Amino acid sequence: MLWNTLLLALRSIRRNLLRSFLTILGIVIGVAAVITMVTLGKGATQSVSDQISSMGSNLLLVRPGQRFGPGAEAAPNFKLADVEAIRNQITVAEAVAPVVSKSVTAVYQARNWSTVVSGSSNDYFQAGNWEFAAGRSFSETEERAGKAVCVIGETVREKLFGGQSPVGSEIRIKQFSCEVIGLLKPKGQSAMGSDQDDTVVMPLRTVQRRLSGTQDVNRLTVSVREGASIDAAKEQLNLLLRERRNIGDNEEDDFRVMDTRQIAETLTSTTKILTMLLGAVAAVSLLVGGIGIMNIMLVSVTERTREIGIRLAIGALEREVLLQFLIEAVVLASLGGIIGIALATGASIALAGLMSIPYLFDPAINLLSFLFSAAIGVIFGYFPARRAASLNPIDALRHE
Amino acid sequence: MNEQALIRLSGITKTYGSGQAAFQALKGIDLAIDAGDFVAIMGPSGSGKSTAMNVLGCLDTPTSGSYEFEGVRVEQLSRNERALLRRNYLGFVFQGFNLLARTTALENVELPLIYRGEPAASRHAAARAALAEVGLAGWEHHTPGELSGGQQQRVAIARAIVTRPVVLLADEPTGNLDTRTGEEIMELIRALNRDQGITVLMVTHEPEMAAYARRVVRFLDGRVDSDRRNGEDA
Repeated sequence: MLWNTLLLALRSIRRNLLRSFLTILGIVIGVAAVITMVTLGKGATQSVSDQISSMGSNLLLVRPGQRFGPGAEAAPNFKLADVEAIRNQITVAEAVAPVVSKSVTAVYQARNWSTVVSGSSNDYFQAGNWEFAAGRSFSETEERAGKAVCVIGETVREKLFGGQSPVGSEIRIKQFSCEVIGLLKPKGQSAMGSDQDDTVVMPLRTVQRRLSGTQDVNRLTVSVREGASIDAAKEQLNLLLRERRNIGDNEEDDFRVMDTRQIAETLTSTTKILTMLLGAVAAVSLLVGGIGIMNIMLVSVTERTREIGIRLAIGALEREVLLQFLIEAVVLASLGGIIGIALATGASIALAGLMSIPYLFDPAINLLSFLFSAAIGVIFGYFPARRAASLNPIDALRHE
Repeated sequence: MNEQALIRLSGITKTYGSGQAAFQALKGIDLAIDAGDFVAIMGPSGSGKSTAMNVLGCLDTPTSGSYEFEGVRVEQLSRNERALLRRNYLGFVFQGFNLLARTTALENVELPLIYRGEPAASRHAAARAALAEVGLAGWEHHTPGELSGGQQQRVAIARAIVTRPVVLLADEPTGNLDTRTGEEIMELIRALNRDQGITVLMVTHEPEMAAYARRVVRFLDGRVDSDRRNGEDA
C-alpha cells in the first residue's frame, strides 16, 4: 500500500507542476529569508566583536574636551609632560601613547593618497594591538631625533605601492621625504566604520617638528594592565589630569576619557537591536511564505475535493487517500525546505562577502525555519484533505 | 421476484436535512435486480432516481431500509468495507466523466488497479486492453483536455470495466454528449452487458437511451412508479 500510494503522490506532484511549484516557492521564500537574515545578523555581530577585540579591550582614550558657557574657548591640548606624569604616577598604565594627527597627502612616484599621519611612540603599536606584516617599529634614536621614518597601513600600501613591497622605499609627505620602515597587518574597519588601515605612523617628534609645528599632543591612548580595574585607572587618570590642568573643584572637566569597553557595550547593544530587527523582518517573510502556502492549498481544495471523490468512488480507502496527501505535502515541504536552505546558504555567503562580515552557519535556525515551513505545508496540505476524505463520496464528487 | 437476486432493496428511504427543512428523496423503495440484467432507471427531475443510484453504488448511505448485495447487508458495512465493495464489485460512469485532470488516459484507467495492488506489468496490460476494448487504442497518452467528450466517456468506461466489475453503474452517461456520440456510448455499454455479462444499472431521462436497456424502472416522487421489460406492452 505504501509503495502504491507513494507512486500516486509523486504522479500527482508531477501532474500539477504549477501548484507544486507555488507550494514549494512559499516554503523556499520563508526558509531562505529567515536563514539569510539571521545568519547575516550573527555575522555582523561577530564582525563587531572582532573589531572590538582588534581595538584592544582595555584602552583608555583621552581627548581634550569642550567647555561650554560664556567666554568658552577650545580646551588646551596635552603636553609631553602630561604623558610623563601619567607614565610615572599611574601604575596600572601599561603603555601610554601620545598621538598627534594630521591630514596629509602622501606621494610615491606618480601616485598620491590622502591619509592621516599619526605621530606617536612605539607604545602606539602596543596599545592599539597592531602587528607588523613586514619591517620594524621605530628605534630609540629615530624617536629621539625625530627622523623621517614611517610605518604604513595596508590601505596606504595598496594605494601607493600596488603590488610592490614598500619597506625601504621613500614616500613624500608635504615637503619632506620619509623612509618606510614597516608595514602593519590589516585590521579592517574600525567599530566606528572608518578604515583603520588607512594610516601612516611616524615618531611623535617628527610630526611635531615637520607637520604640526607645536609641542602639543592631540590625544592620549593609555592601555591598562591585564587584570587591573579599568574604572580605577580611569578615576586615577581623571584626578591626575584635573590637577595638571588646574581645574577647580567646581569646574567641569575640559577633557574626556573614554574606555573601549564602553564603546564595545554601545556597539554590541546596537548590533543586538539590529539582529532582532532582522529577525522580525524574517519572521514576517516566514509568515508571508506560510500564507502563500495556505492560499495555494486552500484554492486547490475544490479541485482536490472532487479528485478525492473520484478516488473514493473507484474504491480507494479513506486512509489511502490521506496517506497520499500526506506524502505529497511532506515531499513538497521537504523539497521547499532543502531548496530554501541551499538558497539561503548561497545568499548568505555572497552577501557576507559583499558586506565583509564572516559567514557563520547556524544549525538551529536552519532546522527551526525548515520545521516551521514544513509544518505549515503539511498542515494546510493535509487537513483540508482529511475533511474532504471524510465526506460521503457523492458529496465530495459534487463539491462546487 | 427471484430469490437469488444480485441486488435487493427493501424499504429504502433517504431523507436530506432535518426538522421543518427535511426533504424525503426516497420514500420506501423495493427493488430486486438479477445478475446480468440491464436496467434503465427513468423519471423526472427530483424523482429520486439519482439518489437511488448513489445508494446502489454505495456512494451514499440510506436513512433506513435494507440493501443486500449478493446476500450481504450493505447498510451494516463500515466505511472501509463499502470502499472495498466499490473497489471489487462496482464500476462507475458519470455524466461529468470525472476523470483526473492532467492525467493520461492510461493512468486514469490504471487507477482502480493501483488501489487493488496489482503489479505494474499486469496493470499496464489490463489498462491498455480496456482502452482498446472501448476503441481508444493509440490514445493512451492523451490527457482528458486533449480528448473529445465521447472519448473522455470511453476512458471513463474503460476505467469502470478494467477491474471486471459485477455491476456497472452509469449516471446519465450520455447527458453531456451529442446524440450520435451518445448512441455510440450506449452501443458500447450494451455490448459489455451482452458479451461480458456485466450487470448494468443506468440512470437516464432520455427514452432513446432507455430503449437500449432490457428493463425500465420509472421513479416518481421518491417511489417506484412502473417497472417493465422492454418489448412488453406498457
